[in-house]
Amino acid sequence: MFENLQDKLQRAFKNLRGQGTLTEENIGEALRELRLALLEADVNFKVVKELIDHIREKALGQEVMTALSPADQVVKIVRDELVAILGKDTAKLKFGTPPTVVLMAGLQGSGKTTTSGKLASWLKKGGHRPLLVSVDVYRPAAREQLKVVAQAIGAAIYEGKVEEANTARGGSEALPPLTKEVERLAREARREAVNSGCDVLIVDTAGRLHIDDQLMEEMQSLKKLLNPQEILFVADAMTGQDAVNSADEFHKKLALTGVVLTKMDGDARGGAALSIRNVTGQPIKFIGVGEKYDALEPFHPDRIVGRILGMGDILSLIEKAEEKIDKKKSEDFAKKVLAGDGFSLDDFREQLRQVKKLGSLSSIVKMMPSVGPFAGMQKVADNFDDKELVRVEAIINSMTDHERGHHEVINGSRRKRIARGSGTSVQEVNQLLRQYAQMKKMFKSMGRGKLDRRFAGFKMPGM
Amino acid sequence: MIQTLFGSTEVKPTFLDRMKEAVTRTRESLGERIDEIASWNKQIDRNTLDELEATLLASDLGSATTGQVLGNLREKADHKQIGNVGELKRLLKEELLAILKSAERPAKRVEGPEVILVVGVNGTGKTTTIGKLAHTLRAQGKTVLLAAADTFRAAAIEQLEVWGDRTGAEVIKTKPGGDPSAVLFDALQAASARKTDYVIVDTAGRLHTKTNLMSELEKMTRTAQRVVPGAPHEVLLVMDATTGQNGLQQARLFTQSAGVTGIVLTKLDGTAKGGVVVAISRELGLPVRYVGVGEKQGDLLPFNAQDFVDSLFA
Ligand SMILES: Nc1nc2c(ncn2[C@@H]2O[C@H](COP(=O)(O)OP(=O)(O)OP(=O)(O)O)[C@@H](O)[C@H]2O)c(=O)[nH]1
Ligand SMILES: Nc1nc2c(ncn2[C@@H]2O[C@H](COP(=O)(O)OP(=O)(O)O)[C@@H](O)[C@H]2O)c(=O)[nH]1
Ligand SMILES: [Mg+2]
Ligand SMILES: [Mg+2]
Repeated sequence: MFENLQDKLQRAFKNLRGQGTLTEENIGEALRELRLALLEADVNFKVVKELIDHIREKALGQEVMTALSPADQVVKIVRDELVAILGKDTAKLKFGTPPTVVLMAGLQGSGKTTTSGKLASWLKKGGHRPLLVSVDVYRPAAREQLKVVAQAIGAAIYEGKVEEANTARGGSEALPPLTKEVERLAREARREAVNSGCDVLIVDTAGRLHIDDQLMEEMQSLKKLLNPQEILFVADAMTGQDAVNSADEFHKKLALTGVVLTKMDGDARGGAALSIRNVTGQPIKFIGVGEKYDALEPFHPDRIVGRILGMGDILSLIEKAEEKIDKKKSEDFAKKVLAGDGFSLDDFREQLRQVKKLGSLSSIVKMMPSVGPFAGMQKVADNFDDKELVRVEAIINSMTDHERGHHEVINGSRRKRIARGSGTSVQEVNQLLRQYAQMKKMFKSMGRGKLDRRFAGFKMPGM
Repeated sequence: MIQTLFGSTEVKPTFLDRMKEAVTRTRESLGERIDEIASWNKQIDRNTLDELEATLLASDLGSATTGQVLGNLREKADHKQIGNVGELKRLLKEELLAILKSAERPAKRVEGPEVILVVGVNGTGKTTTIGKLAHTLRAQGKTVLLAAADTFRAAAIEQLEVWGDRTGAEVIKTKPGGDPSAVLFDALQAASARKTDYVIVDTAGRLHTKTNLMSELEKMTRTAQRVVPGAPHEVLLVMDATTGQNGLQQARLFTQSAGVTGIVLTKLDGTAKGGVVVAISRELGLPVRYVGVGEKQGDLLPFNAQDFVDSLFA
């Protein structure tokens, strides 16, 4: 049901064989698939359009490489493009003359309070002395929540006092914002930070809608008052198309300095990251990966790109393949198979050697996405013994040249000899021959078998 | 005209491409394409179609539902020899309405305490919705018990207690970190003994991918059943209107574990349209029961499919 984008792209390129260039005609379907994948991942549709146009431009006229299938090639262009948009790893905060002020901003329920706690915990580990304060005088028990968080992580908190009647949100009438109260708390907290020698003040704010003018003004006056080094937009990874609207408005009103993408421990594809980055131009500094206070991680553009495209780290795999696979040999191989010369055990051994250059098979599997068709692969990989590769190669090494070219002659007694020669068992030899026969059949049916299916079709004994 | 309307096949995944796919699934010949063009009025140009598609996508309907809706629209439009853009829009709304209506079902009438279990991913507005629901029911003169079964999130119990005070509903609770099923059990026993009209159960937000937390919900529904046969009578999945396509998976998995009977779509007072509920209606047949339009106690409205569809085009 869940077809990998990679597979879809392969299919889209099924008619593009051998060499040539990428043209409007042959990348059309691939771009359509790509568009759907991006939309499915919640990348804003306008951003998608821009991206597709851009990628089309980049792809057009490119030579079809031999080491990469056209599908991989397009994926690579897409990946490079997305990574470029997302920017580099930036799990850093700017510090100023103490106390550095970090202002948390975002919609209701996005994860500001939890992230405030996580940041305090992270800063503490880095040798800082953070002070927490909640200026959320609106949501019931919001300030109480931060207090519990602070206790849990052993961070300092400025509690201050707010009239009970003031925690007003949720009552029967719309009440005016309590900006004065909020400002007072903030001012007191900063004084407390100075007095107690805390070098970072983390200000948790009430969730608000970007179209709530009064509360957005309150944010602006907080900014003016505190002059924060960082204004972090905390956004939920599950956010859909609206991400551009809220991020844009928050950025316009506050000039954000960074983004935290929360709830990344779920299965949301996180396309909002692209949307938000696109409209704010600000780096995503952290991702939230759980409800516990240590569940904060630096943001890796590479990883999220794979996730948005639904392809795990398959992208790094492509890169690795591109670097390491001997292009000449691959070309020869492809030509040979294409010419209908078949796929000999010699070729099989050569493929093995190429795969080995990529590192261990289990590390290759680990780079695959853990969803869709690859689900469960990780577990297999954990149990997989890379020695299998060595054994398979040993088996082929023990064959005569003639046997490698004509596997059908390998009868019972030859199998015994090969097993003995390679220090393996007849069963292992049988298994290998069976798998080889399968692969051969597969290549044959592909007819135009570009070598790049080596990953998709490559099944090792025991897998 | 033909060129601008339909472009060439290679260029873009046009509106028409996907409509065609949904409807015919066959390779089209040029002749067929011209036939189709003839059935569209000249007023409806490529831009109109793109705009409609953009509207649906921007509302988080998702590409699959958008494709299907537009595909159906085309069929109808072909059939009726559609006249102008306004007419086309009206048909489109009809299409959306039909999806939402098909998922609607009347709420069950229940004797004795009616148990409403409220579930959802983190931060969607479960507790607030419970406060609003309690307010609505209390205003109708019903007695309400709130079960504080979110024992996990910091100060979640206190948050619910504020709502209890506000609405005059008693809160049954345990200490932070306590067993949610135990709280539920206590609340249901109390409600049965006192003949309370409604028990509304607040649960901790959880991502649908966390199997241990989802089995905790299964356990809670079993507990409810044990104390009050037929309970929980209503299982509301609270979904934030800003949610994108992940909402479908949320609905799927919460339904699997907790037997969701309806959706509450919150934060519609923002700019997000919450169109993923159309996809959910279409694929899972789950009705939307209420919408949240603010943080005050009166900001909960019964879902009205017509208004909702109109809001997509507003
Ligand atoms: N799974 C998961 N849950 C998270 C993450 N970050 C926050 N949450 C949860 O999301 C919910 C809302 O988080 P809060 O920190 O209260 O969000 P907020 O933005 O302060 O919310 P308001 O103050 O109500 O606007 C809580 O249930 C948190 O436990 C995360 O990275 N992963
Ligand atoms: N604007 C708006 N905010 C809402 C709505 N419903 C809930 N909220 C806010 O969303 C945040 C999370 O709500 P809460 O009830 O704590 O969510 P829970 O974690 O699912 O229980 C709070 O700040 C609520 O005030 C709504 O309909 N509109
Ligand atoms: Mg908060
Ligand atoms: Mg809650």
